[in-house]
Amino acid sequence: MVSKKLVKHIALRAIVIYLTVVVAVYLTIIVANMGGKIDEFVLGDLYTSIYEQINRDPRYRSLPGPEKDKLVKQMFELEVKRLGYDRPFLERSFIYLKNALTLDLGRALFMTSDSGSRLVKNIILERLPNTVMLFTTVTVINFFIHLFLGLYLSRHYGSFFDKLVVALSPTSTLPGWFYGIFLILIFYTWLHVLPPGGMVDVPPPPDPISYALSVLKHMILPMASWIISGFFLGVYGTRTFFLIFSTEDYVEAAKAKGLPPRLIETRYILRPSLPPIVTNFALSLIGSWGGAIITETVFEWPGLGLVTWRAIQSFDTPVLVGITVIYAYLLAATVLILDFVYALIDPRIKAGIA
Amino acid sequence: MSSRPVSGIKATLKELLTYKSGVLGLAILAFLVAFSIYAVVTIPYDQAIKLWRGSEDIWIENPRAVPPEWWEIFVGRKLPRTIKLDSRIQTFGVSKAVTPIAGTDMKLVSISFMFDYQYDDYPSELNIFFHAKYTKDPPIVKITIQRPDGLTLEIPRFSLRAPNDSLYYSISEEVRKALALYAATKYGANVSDLLDQLELTFGKYSREGLEKGNLPVEKGIYRMNIEATCFGEDSDLEAKVVIYGQVYGPAGTDNLRRPLEIALLWGAPVALAFGLTASLVTSMLQMIIATIGAWYGGVVDSVIQRITEVYMILPFLPFLIIIAAFYKVDIWVILTVVIVLSIFGAGIKSTRALVLSIKEYPYIEAAKAYGASDWRIIFLYIIPKIIPPIVPGLIGAVPGYVFLEAALSFLGLGDPFLPTWGKVLNDAYNGGALYRGYYYWVLEPSILLMLTAFAFAFLGFALDRIVNPRLREM
Repeated sequence: MVSKKLVKHIALRAIVIYLTVVVAVYLTIIVANMGGKIDEFVLGDLYTSIYEQINRDPRYRSLPGPEKDKLVKQMFELEVKRLGYDRPFLERSFIYLKNALTLDLGRALFMTSDSGSRLVKNIILERLPNTVMLFTTVTVINFFIHLFLGLYLSRHYGSFFDKLVVALSPTSTLPGWFYGIFLILIFYTWLHVLPPGGMVDVPPPPDPISYALSVLKHMILPMASWIISGFFLGVYGTRTFFLIFSTEDYVEAAKAKGLPPRLIETRYILRPSLPPIVTNFALSLIGSWGGAIITETVFEWPGLGLVTWRAIQSFDTPVLVGITVIYAYLLAATVLILDFVYALIDPRIKAGIA
Repeated sequence: MSSRPVSGIKATLKELLTYKSGVLGLAILAFLVAFSIYAVVTIPYDQAIKLWRGSEDIWIENPRAVPPEWWEIFVGRKLPRTIKLDSRIQTFGVSKAVTPIAGTDMKLVSISFMFDYQYDDYPSELNIFFHAKYTKDPPIVKITIQRPDGLTLEIPRFSLRAPNDSLYYSISEEVRKALALYAATKYGANVSDLLDQLELTFGKYSREGLEKGNLPVEKGIYRMNIEATCFGEDSDLEAKVVIYGQVYGPAGTDNLRRPLEIALLWGAPVALAFGLTASLVTSMLQMIIATIGAWYGGVVDSVIQRITEVYMILPFLPFLIIIAAFYKVDIWVILTVVIVLSIFGAGIKSTRALVLSIKEYPYIEAAKAYGASDWRIIFLYIIPKIIPPIVPGLIGAVPGYVFLEAALSFLGLGDPFLPTWGKVLNDAYNGGALYRGYYYWVLEPSILLMLTAFAFAFLGFALDRIVNPRLREM
């Protein structure tokens, strides 16, 4: 089944996608370094720390001022050389690129993980579960709500509920974080029933069950904000999508043949519409792992989005590049896998047309 | 896509009015445009920036973080307005008399302020600002307040520390001590710590209320007398008393006492200009790029396709935030960056598919046959044909950009000078509006943002139906 053409097609796609990742990561490195300007901050910091270190060292206390300055300068230059900062930025940018692409993410400039590690890998891995817990859950929930309600409405189109969903679909132009502010205003400020932010009560409950319940309680508002924001447009979109598929000629033909509605639905409507739905789902799932900078800021949810925001605030380039490269790889892998699956089922590729 | 002849803007507008969402969208949009014009005309750009950035000095006479005047409809009580009385401005209830003390170079300046306090709640603050003229010794001031119930409150004499001294009456410990002592001796009560200076000044005294710390407001005519002994020939004293209300103006104030209507008004033109420009320029550029790619095909097309794929991987929002945070740019630079980061967006793929099908149309073949140039075909034959299907998307994309600007401002990364809705939200969030219950502060910019989003969403929705008649049956 796996023909030569298919292998060639996939290999070609893989190369193209990988090159795309390389270009995207390189651009990120340039932007996140401000074209080398961040290095000036880093070197400034380095110089101050060496200066202080020597000033504090009792061995050098008796050294006269100019001598001390010379020593600081020497040590600084040595350190610059050790860290590779003596080479031009352009050259270094390619070293950064190579490190990023081989997932050698290195150390953060200023940030530390909650457990105190300076490694970018740890900073990211520590927060990833929180983001996945919140945003992947909500993405999956949204997917099923939109799918099933959309399917239901496409069957009952023209009904009151259908018209309501169509009429309310503009509400989805408001982003999730915006609804988040309203929800906090209602459920925290006014009714005092739910926490306004954070992931767990302070201090965290000792036993795992009440800990989990506390986390769950903190998840309600951020999740609700995304579900409300996506609801009407999502359902409307899926419904219209199914409606378009259900007016295809082959569906009419199946109906004319007198096939049972159930069979028409599963085999004639659902199956051909599945690939784009799965693509969308896969992409939004990957997208959800990046977290949502603004929603996480509003709710102070300690996920990747908040780390990204903190990294931007503290000019921590390695963390930013690390997050981007992981995200780029995940996205690229997903696109490639989807390509492969479609190539398997698409007869045109087997025939070598596309 | 639509094969109907495009019958011009007028016809589309007419058709738009047959849709409820179209009418609603247009109505809101008209309101917002009028709102923006009003903002730009009444508060010029420079003045808006100056007023908004002017710290507390400009706004010292405004109450701090209070809701708008119409808020009292929801509260159901008459909330106090700000009362300002100035001895330099002769109005009803203000009088000033200067009597030289015979045999000395001293004089007695007595200023009297009278006001009618008919509100159901206490003021939020009370400050007295002095402007004294003296050569060596500053004036010695005594303040008494005659209440409607006949009681006279006395604040002990004090000497001004500077020519422009002020007495922060509502937070002064001296004032509280004097008032509490007076109430305690008069009623033999153990005055509760819950009562502040203002409650002890404007409250209806009763023994029980004083001990519980719960006094109703004493309504009626109050008279505040400021008596000062001034030293020296040309010495003089002027005073201004500000009794801060609990509501202010049409939109309330923030924690820096700034009237919110400045930012709310100016937010409208900024949001409209930002959203429309971003959406228009992005859509147009995407359209042109996609058309060129699809028309020429080959290397040009694949380069464009590859760039689009690179753009898919670039983290759009983090990029934008990095640039906004690192470079501290103004709103027009942000706009440019947004456009640059979106021109190779998802729109390219759909437009390309559209152009690929139009390329095969007979009229294009004909154009090629009579030797029309590539540019002529692209700009005069293809692009006019694909503009109508793009317009609904363009209009529908505006709210996204409006919220993008709001999101950046919300993170504190917007334009450093211009007041915008997102900035008000950011101030509210940082000022603890969500925790302290300053509902108006969050709701006002939010509702305006919502109105803007809905106007364009409704319009886009209706236009979509006009341009894609197939949707109409669904």
